[in-house]
Amino acid sequence: MNRRELLDLYYLEARAKLIDVAAFLDRLERAEGASDFRLTAFTQALTQLGRSQEPRVVRVLASLSDPTTEPIPAATTKAACGAWPGKS
Amino acid sequence: MRYIEPHAHMVSRVTDDYRAMTLAGCAAVCEPAFWAGFDRSAAAGFYDYFRQLTEHEPQRAAKFGLPHFSWLCINPKESEDVALAREVIALIPQFLERPNVLGIGEIGLNKNSRNELQVLEMHVDLAARHQQLILVHTPHLEDKLKGTRLILDVLRADARIRPERCLIDHVEEHTVKMVLDAGFWGGMTLYPETKCTAARAVDMIEQYSGERLWMNSACDWGVSVPLAIPLAALELRRRGHGAEAIDRLIYQNPVRFLSQCSKFKLPKEPMASA
Ligand SMILES: [Zn+2]
Repeated sequence: MNRRELLDLYYLEARAKLIDVAAFLDRLERAEGASDFRLTAFTQALTQLGRSQEPRVVRVLASLSDPTTEPIPAATTKAACGAWPGKS
Repeated sequence: MRYIEPHAHMVSRVTDDYRAMTLAGCAAVCEPAFWAGFDRSAAAGFYDYFRQLTEHEPQRAAKFGLPHFSWLCINPKESEDVALAREVIALIPQFLERPNVLGIGEIGLNKNSRNELQVLEMHVDLAARHQQLILVHTPHLEDKLKGTRLILDVLRADARIRPERCLIDHVEEHTVKMVLDAGFWGGMTLYPETKCTAARAVDMIEQYSGERLWMNSACDWGVSVPLAIPLAALELRRRGHGAEAIDRLIYQNPVRFLSQCSKFKLPKEPMASA
């Protein structure tokens, strides 16, 4: 499909998601209390949306990933939260 | 339209889902062993679960004329307890000859811990000793990239393992290339929020030829969509892919991988496209 056709197919959906992200960040800003590493990770991931050699989606996913390579000593939880808390 | 659902946890779904899937063109459903949402208290719980996967669930599916296949293992989410895992793995060989068992899965990692890795190696050894196909679960979200690398290292370190007989599931844009480049099959899971949308799956198919890729819904007890594959087929169509290309992805590809197990046989299809 050409660019025009892809815009016809996905523009409104992507626009809605973009506005949702903006509203999400505003909502967080209006709220009180401490934030955590997830917001930091999210904000950093947003900077990956600019154009470069590697696809944006790969860079965003990588920036939200655990960058370490060694297995952790033990699993203390089963869940993943979508951002790497960092060495703590 | 016909399709294979290569990854669905039907024990967690209602009978209406079987009906909807069959109506949508599902020609076979494959069910990997997974985590029940709570930890089972003993190996006996897994024995019963394996019976459910190999006796009861095929009968539920058969009511809709739908062939049901299964994969056996202890899921990575329960692999932190190595002693329990060892007991469960010892139960598996007695089930491997059952007519609907395709191989060992879904094994892999969850939090990328040392114990999970050890249990993964035990499963890989089991599969190698019994010449079984392997279905791999890769971790979620922030753990996926690291976990996929660790899993590929384990599989490549065992000379008995042939990559074309292993499917690495839940790939996303940051892991699909390393999986395919190493000769493995990749599975794209169409799961809202935490995995991959249909539009992104189509992106990957367009970039990586789709030769060794399949799609699945991985529907389970969580928020998930049993009809995710037919919906992705619709997305492929919206993106200009023809009927033959769609059939190759959602039917012929899974058949090609799964047929490496001689037990994967489908009844002759009266409506099969000429
Ligand atoms: Zn699964």
